[in-house]
Order: sequence, then structure tokens, then C-alpha cells
Amino acid sequence: MTVSIQLEVNGKPVQAAVEPRRLLVHFLREDLGLTGANIGCETSLCGACTVLVDGNAVKSCTMLAAQADGASVTTIEGLAQNGDLHPLQEGFWEKHGLQCGYCTPGMILSANYLLAQNPSPNDEEIREGLKGNICRCTGYHNIVEAVKYAAERMS
Amino acid sequence: MYPAQFDYRRAGSVDEALSLLQENEDAKLMAGGHSLIPMMKLRLAQPPVVIDIGRLNELKGISEAGGSVRVGSLTTHADIAASDVLAAHCPVLAEAAGHIGDAQVRNRGTIGGNIAHADPGSDIPPVLVLLGASVHLQSPSGTRSVAAGDFFQDLLMTDVGEDEILTHVEAPALGAGTGAAYLKFEHPASGYAVVGAAAAVTVQGGRCTGAGLVVGGVSATPTAVDVSSLVGTDLSDDAIAAAASGLDAEDPIGDIFASGDYRVHVGKVYGKRALAAARDRAS
Repeated sequence: MTVSIQLEVNGKPVQAAVEPRRLLVHFLREDLGLTGANIGCETSLCGACTVLVDGNAVKSCTMLAAQADGASVTTIEGLAQNGDLHPLQEGFWEKHGLQCGYCTPGMILSANYLLAQNPSPNDEEIREGLKGNICRCTGYHNIVEAVKYAAERMS
Repeated sequence: MYPAQFDYRRAGSVDEALSLLQENEDAKLMAGGHSLIPMMKLRLAQPPVVIDIGRLNELKGISEAGGSVRVGSLTTHADIAASDVLAAHCPVLAEAAGHIGDAQVRNRGTIGGNIAHADPGSDIPPVLVLLGASVHLQSPSGTRSVAAGDFFQDLLMTDVGEDEILTHVEAPALGAGTGAAYLKFEHPASGYAVVGAAAAVTVQGGRCTGAGLVVGGVSATPTAVDVSSLVGTDLSDDAIAAAASGLDAEDPIGDIFASGDYRVHVGKVYGKRALAAARDRAS
């Protein structure tokens, strides 16, 4: 069977028929070509697949595309506006918040959710807010700096 | 990692969910999917039909009335952790929900899905047992409630019947003079509790008039510890340590990360700390 879904992805309406077992991350990557959300652990631990669903950070490897019917989804591809990087993207660039970059889209969307809840978090709050996102190369120090950079720019 | 194929049905009401359950043998209810989807990916669960109840607003929300708090089964951990109602009337439940997983998991996971899954490393079950909460279930033949202490039956096994849907939990609000705390020794990778201790004490005139301690992660189901020796004492550190050392598990669970004996030991330590934290909040 297939399920008809209608949703908004990065501000654009999308309509599709998906298999019930189609995970949101596969739908985004393979059906829509939005490969920013990465597939890491596939067990809801690493956070590389994090996207925003109706403004909430969620792990798209643990959500069915069918569950996103009617939702508004934001991926890393939807953050830059008119070619200008989002302050978080700028922060990760300026503060060297990445090395291989695999975790970065998820990190940035989790940080985006954190800043929406708490516009000026301290270091501890940033680390707690990014607990669901794992980086295996750079370490977290510069990621925290990048989020602070963005928080200042966005305030 | 894909789940095995299944048919998907979306329920528009509790009644529709109940009839879909009746029509589809071995169907599973899905709320946020944060217990079920991982199980399905690992083929530990292969339901032929998944009934999505995630949109049933009638099962969402937190309220307080007549000295008890009511939490709808589809309320997310994020909403429980941030609830003003719970902060005022039952903060220990919000505290435990805030310890679950991470922000993304708390945004999707629900209290009903969590306790219906009944993972021994879950943070919510020991708190519900401590509070003397009741779990409310609905089936085509009516509604019933079961005490949290009887709800959790074994590893991943609960009292929910095949034709039933978990609608809400109800817990007594914490009264004046009562402090409660949930402390967790967290698995560093999975975020589940290796051991989680929920404690409450009531203090009147400097003396303890009631105390409870329930430890999760040690056995297949939450383990209640007899801490009645604390009643009448001034809750000294020594009295608390002695009471918490009464933790006893006939058949402790062990895995590659933590043996059964180790879990019992950590349970005593965290039980002691949780009781001390509850005492400090009561006064």
C-alpha cells in the first residue's frame, strides 16, 4: 500500500505517495534530493538526521514520512535566505565548528531549535541542548562557540 | 535501516482506533513512534498493521483537579518537562521526563508510548510507581484503571490488553511538606537509565511522616524499597543510607555494560541520594 501525503518542505508544498515504512529521512534524501539530513546511526542516537518538524527538532530516521503528513519541515537546505547564510551557518564557518561536516546539518538544526526556545543560552545550556547530536571529529568546544556567535547575531 | 513492510492506518478518534485494533489482528498502536520504530527497524517487532494515533488531540494535555494531576497518553516528554501545572503540583514527574533521551527524542516521545513499551531503563515507570499513579485504559467494553505498581508486569510487558488503548495517567498531587526527586545514572551512549531512583518524603514538624523509594533499571520492573524505617526520624544521612541499603532485587538484570550486582549497588547509592534530595526539597 501507499499513503498520500501533503506537506511543506522548506516553504514549498510537496505531494507524494509513500510506502508506509518510508522513513522521513529517506523521503527527504531520496525522493526530494535534500541530502543535507544525514543518515548516521539509524537508531535515534547520533542526531545527524535532525530536521525541524513544525518548528520542533526531531530525528527524521525515527519518524515515518506518513507521520509528517500536513507538517512543515525545515532542513539545512532551507536555512539560507537569498544566498545569505543563516547566522548559525556563519557561526560554524567562523568558529571552525566542523571538521568532516557529517554532523553539521543536524547540529545546526538542533541549535536552531535551542535558540528558538532560549535565545541566549549559556555554555551548559548549549551542551545540554545539543546532547542528542554527536560529533566524532572536531569535539564540541568550537560548536558551542559557533552557537554563541549565532545567538549574538540573532539577538 | 527499514522496518519490514506494514499497512498504515490513521485513527481520527479513540473509538476509531479501538475498532481498527479489533479489525486488525496483531496491529500495533503508534504514538510518537520512538519506542516502536526502533523495534521495527531491528525486526524485534513486525506488526502487519500500524495504527497511527499520533493526531488524537483528545489524548494530549496536562491538567490538575481535585488534588490529582492527569496527563494524556499522547503528551510528549517535552511538554511534560516544561509543564507549569506539573511544576506546581507534581514536579518530580516533570523532572523525570526532562531526563529522557535528548531534546529531539522528548519532542516526539510520549508518556503513553513510553510506559506501554515498559523498557526497564525508562525514567517514567519508577516515578509513577512511587507516586501511586493510576494508568487508565479504554476498550470497546469500557474503561478501567490499574495501579502503576500492577501495570508493569515484566520486561517490556504491561497490563494493556490487546483490545485496549492507554488514554491517560493520573497521579496524586504532592502535598505541602512533601519533597520528591528523581536521580538517574545514565548510560552514556543510549541515554537510558542504567539505574534511576525516585524518592519522596513528607516532613511535619521536623519529623518524617511518610517516605517512599522506587528504583528502576535494577529489575525488569520498578523495584519498591521498604523505607518505612524513616518514619518518625529526622531523616539524618545515616538513617537515609540505612533505609536505601534495603534495596533488594531477587533477579537483577545485567548486560554487557552493568552486571546485576553492580546495578543493585548503584541503586542503593542513587536511592540514598534521591532520598536526601527529596528531604532537602521537603523542608
